Amino acid sequence: MAGFLLRRIGGIAVTLVVTSFLVFGSVHLAPGDPASFLLGGRSASPAAVAAIKEQYHLNDPFLVQYTKWVGGVVTGDFGKSATFRQDVGGLIAARLPTTLLLIGYAGVLILIGGLASGALAALRRGVVDRAVLVGTGVATATPSFVAAIGLISVFAVRLGWFPAFGNGEGFGDRIYHLTLPAAALALTFVGLLARVTRTSMLEELGREHVEVARSRGVPGSDVVRRHVLRNALGPITTVTGTIVAGLLVATSIVETAFGLSGVGQLLVSSVTVKDFPVVQAVSLLVVVTFVVANLIVDLVQPLIDPRLSHAKGGTR
Amino acid sequence: MTTRLLEIENLNVRLAAGRAARPILDGVSLHVERGEAVGLVGESGSGKSVTCRSVLGLLPEGSQAAGSLRVDGEDILTMSSNRLRELRRRDVSMIFQDPRASINPIRRIGDFVTEGMRAGGVPQKDALKRAEELLESVGIREPRAALRSYPHEFSGGMLQRVMIAGALAGGPRLLLADEPTTALDVTTQAEVISIITRLQAERDMGMLFVTHDLELAAAICDRIYVMYAGRIVEAQSAERLFRRPRHPYTSGLLAATPRLESDQPPHGVPGRPVSLAEAPDGCAFAARCAHARPGCTEDEPVQREIDGAQVACLRAEELIHD
Repeated sequence: MAGFLLRRIGGIAVTLVVTSFLVFGSVHLAPGDPASFLLGGRSASPAAVAAIKEQYHLNDPFLVQYTKWVGGVVTGDFGKSATFRQDVGGLIAARLPTTLLLIGYAGVLILIGGLASGALAALRRGVVDRAVLVGTGVATATPSFVAAIGLISVFAVRLGWFPAFGNGEGFGDRIYHLTLPAAALALTFVGLLARVTRTSMLEELGREHVEVARSRGVPGSDVVRRHVLRNALGPITTVTGTIVAGLLVATSIVETAFGLSGVGQLLVSSVTVKDFPVVQAVSLLVVVTFVVANLIVDLVQPLIDPRLSHAKGGTR
Repeated sequence: MTTRLLEIENLNVRLAAGRAARPILDGVSLHVERGEAVGLVGESGSGKSVTCRSVLGLLPEGSQAAGSLRVDGEDILTMSSNRLRELRRRDVSMIFQDPRASINPIRRIGDFVTEGMRAGGVPQKDALKRAEELLESVGIREPRAALRSYPHEFSGGMLQRVMIAGALAGGPRLLLADEPTTALDVTTQAEVISIITRLQAERDMGMLFVTHDLELAAAICDRIYVMYAGRIVEAQSAERLFRRPRHPYTSGLLAATPRLESDQPPHGVPGRPVSLAEAPDGCAFAARCAHARPGCTEDEPVQREIDGAQVACLRAEELIHD
């Protein structure tokens, strides 16, 4: 187990080094001079340009710039935003709670909606199954900005049940404000999780041990819970890990559509004005989330299926 | 007359609806007395497993059953689902063929053995204590540790012992064994068989033992039913069936058994087994039978008693198989 963890952490370190290099380098691959991005197209005196170049180490060779940036990142210093004139770390930290709340809210909706509709489809073959398949097909195929527009027009404009804009004050009000964004964010992923749940449960339903459990007088609901759903959790967990990381990326669209000031919206606005220290930091955050989510999935899998245990087990 | 432990009368099962519609069992009648070991023998596709599973009300999906199937006088086919669950927990249990597939691989051995008891409302602590005793009685060393282990930590033979312990948990009066040794290697087979027969005798359970191995059935059973193409073709005591089979199919099966003490090679039954759906008019075995006469393919032979044996063969009276 310790060996497994060490190997995984080593792998993660390599992944992070490579991706951080790519993230940092991508700014230099973009056409144009980073200094003119930072000035935002304004004409400036040569002295001002020189000062900017000095501040962002643009005169140094690429590898030196990268090393300085990484050195800062490791100590929690992501540099200064060109547009906000603030520490990038502080900018992200201020917006992270909204984004995390949004992701958490959407995650709960996805788990409840995806598991319930997937299980329903697997257990009620026929009309219900087909309805769920069609519904999840539509849900998966709906881009989140379309879902956002649809939800705003129905629930905010026509019915007036939920606000279409803003973060809200206090926990309850924030949750209220985040309902439509979370729904828009969740829609695509609910479909994905429902399909994985359905397929995985159908596979388990056909297994011999499920019939054996029934033959022993175990009530149907217990059979579904302990033998079907329980055994189907492996693929469900794997896809949930991917969904968590995907949610962070998808927030950029939803936060922009609903005017929420979160990390996603920060990414979109920073890309537009080429505020590259912010883009680099948020991109790195996405990578880290993805890697960590997958590590957690890998650590949870042996708890679901003991045959995947990282400890050595013998046969009696 | 006291009621029999298991009484199946004229059981017909057919798959309904769609292209797969076909009959599976035709007029199967058999019984098991208290404490009696009864063998049900036939080739694959003969319907022996379907018959065995139907006793627990486990019929193939989308099938219709007619006839009666009584355990202690109670008909399984018309039973409420509540009563059926209770019966499955307490009165009848089954040992399945492949323990590796039949025991949930991701739950603990203790969960498997206690599952039926827990469903019946036995407290966890008592159920685990009982499970420990059961594992000990089927010869599992360190039963307490075994309860916390997972199926993949056991060999096939050990896992089949766990399966037996699980089947005995509810204290059943009728034990169904659906080819319990087919998935095991030969040396383990003997051990598992001896455990089953010992416990069956100790606990005075009736047993329906399904196998394709006529010799094995004869060794452990009091009476044997031979099935072919969804019908029972012969039934008599194990000893007499072995000495004097009445149906050409039975004698064919016996001749097909390889023998160590004989230099003669075994004679296989020519042709391949048919299912009930494929069976032609008349006797289903006629096409493979060395003694078939034109009349055999016209009418289905009626089962009748000859010298204490039930035989469904048109020529049973004239043919003597030694």
